Amino acid sequence: MGREFTRACADCLRRSRLLALLGPYVERIATGEPGSRSPELLRLSNEDLVEVAAPKVARQLLGRVRELSERQLREELVAARCWACCRHDDLYPEGLRDAADAPWALVGCGDPDLLAGLEPFGAVTVVGSRRATSYGREVARELGRELAAAGMVVVSGLAFGIDACAHRGAVDAGRTIAVLGCGPDTAYPAAHRSLWRRICEEDLVISEFPPGAAPWRWTFPARNRIMAALSGMTVVVEAAARSGSLITADLAADLGRDLGAVPGPVTSRASAGPNNLLAGGACVVRDAQDVLDAMLGAGARKLDRCGPPLDPHLAAVLAAVEGGADTCDAVATAVDLSGPEAAAALARLELLRYVTCSTMGVYSRTLLSSPATSAI
Amino acid sequence: MLATAHTFTLDGIAARPVRVEVDVHRGLPGFQIVGLPDAAVREARERVRAALSNCGFEFPLRRIVVNLAPASLRKAGPGMDLAIASALLSAAGQLEWEALSRVAMVGELALDGSIRAVNGALAIAEAARQGGAEAILVPGDNGPEAALAEGIDVIPVDSLTHLPALVAGEWEPRRPEALSLRPGSVAGGPDLADLRGQPHLRHALEVAAAGGHSLLMIGPPGAGKSLAAGRLPSILPPLASAEALEVARIASACGRLGDSLSGGRPFRAPHHTISPGGLVGGGTPPRPGEATLAHRGVLFLDELCEFRRDALEALRAPLETGEVSISRASSTRTLPCRFMLVAAANPCPCGRGEADPDCSCAPIAVQRYQGRLSGALADRIDILAAVRQPSAAEIGGAPGEASADVRERVCAARERQERRLGPGRCNAEMTPAEARECALSSDAAGLLAELYARQRLSGRAHDRALRLAQTIADLDGVETIGQEQMAQALQLRRRDRG
Repeated sequence: MGREFTRACADCLRRSRLLALLGPYVERIATGEPGSRSPELLRLSNEDLVEVAAPKVARQLLGRVRELSERQLREELVAARCWACCRHDDLYPEGLRDAADAPWALVGCGDPDLLAGLEPFGAVTVVGSRRATSYGREVARELGRELAAAGMVVVSGLAFGIDACAHRGAVDAGRTIAVLGCGPDTAYPAAHRSLWRRICEEDLVISEFPPGAAPWRWTFPARNRIMAALSGMTVVVEAAARSGSLITADLAADLGRDLGAVPGPVTSRASAGPNNLLAGGACVVRDAQDVLDAMLGAGARKLDRCGPPLDPHLAAVLAAVEGGADTCDAVATAVDLSGPEAAAALARLELLRYVTCSTMGVYSRTLLSSPATSAI
Repeated sequence: MLATAHTFTLDGIAARPVRVEVDVHRGLPGFQIVGLPDAAVREARERVRAALSNCGFEFPLRRIVVNLAPASLRKAGPGMDLAIASALLSAAGQLEWEALSRVAMVGELALDGSIRAVNGALAIAEAARQGGAEAILVPGDNGPEAALAEGIDVIPVDSLTHLPALVAGEWEPRRPEALSLRPGSVAGGPDLADLRGQPHLRHALEVAAAGGHSLLMIGPPGAGKSLAAGRLPSILPPLASAEALEVARIASACGRLGDSLSGGRPFRAPHHTISPGGLVGGGTPPRPGEATLAHRGVLFLDELCEFRRDALEALRAPLETGEVSISRASSTRTLPCRFMLVAAANPCPCGRGEADPDCSCAPIAVQRYQGRLSGALADRIDILAAVRQPSAAEIGGAPGEASADVRERVCAARERQERRLGPGRCNAEMTPAEARECALSSDAAGLLAELYARQRLSGRAHDRALRLAQTIADLDGVETIGQEQMAQALQLRRRDRG
């Protein structure tokens, strides 16, 4: 971080500045209706875009951007401890070149080498609802962790819920890229500042907006198109029937990328989106192995995810958690144990990583499979 | 003529001696009270005047000056009426009372001369004994509590009309029967048997009671959190007699002795709109807050997340030190408040919990809500219990184990702790050094070390797990903490934000 690594040409950097200036103007015209979605608008040239978004101040804005000198633009990046690459240099990721509406420049904060070697088949995008259930969060964290451990770069958007969990899982085990809808030097949402900082230090945060740019509603669908294009497969973990993560899924499908979805209960609103995708033919993603099989071909890379063997009574408790018992009381009642016995069993399972416990004291099952179940 | 009587004013929960000097001399008829009286004391003029004339005494039509010494101390409350009236009668020559300066007295006068009860009679009687008084006159209704003070003659007086007979030695009232501080029958009170099913919650309550650990229950409304908290005093060990006296002194000073007549441990459940002053004590003159009222008992904070942040912050230091310091310009008072903290909270603002599909809370709202949980008092909480509504089968099932049986185990565990740590102490109060001296089996140490390494536990969390494991070992009656006890402790402990 901090070193001068900007190879982007001045024109592309000016484009990214212009987008930041246009933030409030595009906000008014990007309605989400066909024809005025932000990825469609971003296909336009500088002149056309300004004419559509801000006809009254078009000349003024263009003039302001043209006046920016290359030195000024570069110094700005260095001051924010960022760097940039553009579609004219070889650091620009291959995946983005496929997209018609690809960003001109990418501003990054973190390790540029991560972008240099990035091929679509080396990355997986994990997206989902901000309002995620504990099931969704657990699946996202495990997916992130296992995919990263298997050498995949996990791409997501740093948002609440699924995104953050995928990043958290991945940053512990391997590499991850966060794509933001504001300047890469801005932690958004602010609640994820510590996660953002950790990704900046260890991995990479990118954006098509310059340092200091504020997020707008339209910048999120715009950032989704980058997430969709960067990777070979997009996995939707949890999403309501109308959710922003489904935009990412649509964009990925349009680019001809693989689309995966994590099945959920048919009664759960939070899983309606992925269940619909599955009905429409998306890949079933039960775990990281399913993703690897879909992307690289069945059996190309194997994950070892078998936990240590369990005593019969621990296996019974594990079965209760799998059956939906999420508190110690529920487990004790389901397996007919005393309170202390159930507590000790859950603590052991947690240490063996078969279950996790939230700060609210609610247990959920991890993806670790027990030897007994895998033998069946 | 000049006469002097002795009385007391209440300051927090302590009684401060006040000398009442009355001077009656010639001049324009008038009645003046000097010496920093508050409004209630100043109004004593009217009460004394009416009471004297209604009891057949003559109110002297002369210049009367009442001085309350020391003049620098603020005097509050109506408890000085009796002393002012007695000194006035003596100064006016209507009562020949040579022993007046050797007795103390306290009581509020009604207009008909009857004497009404005052707050803090127990503290006042004890202060009178310490001040060297031979006897203390108290309102008849305060007799039983004042009689708790030993080594001083307690004389209950119901009316000003009894004074002449008392002074002449014609009437000798019997010392009232002291209030019983032995807990009466526990039966009939809230009993843990009401908690059906929920074995883990029962275990959490038992461990909390046995080690004096603070407990947080998280669960949807109607899951039994308040029910469980209300039954906690019934499984705590009975108060030792010195402790019972402390509790009675506080209750007496706040005029609540009647509420806790059972002699059991106090249970206070303040509403979440309470102010910091209401919680830890405050105001001028300082009054004890809920934390002090819960001394040696349970302070239950329902809806922990809804409490004002400053109120919870104010509770921090008292939780650590077991006492509250209230500083005012004039002086600093220290009030005791060693209580067990029990809190309850919903898992999210709507109460249903995020796992529930009907939960309609925005993620940021949930995060903010849970953030309040992990802020505020969380680092003072040892045990976390997730509570769910019991199933119909559980509610309809057999009643749980009764409080008396659980209390027996708790008492045995507390005895073990006192043997190890010294009298009156429990595991929750172990210092980090003491916690690290707990006898651990190698299996248990391995379990703790594994978790410590895996989850990057803080030193504080490490010690908390040790304290909990020690309490469970005390409950199980084993000398060395084994793997089983450690595993239970790791499950019960409050999770740091991960």
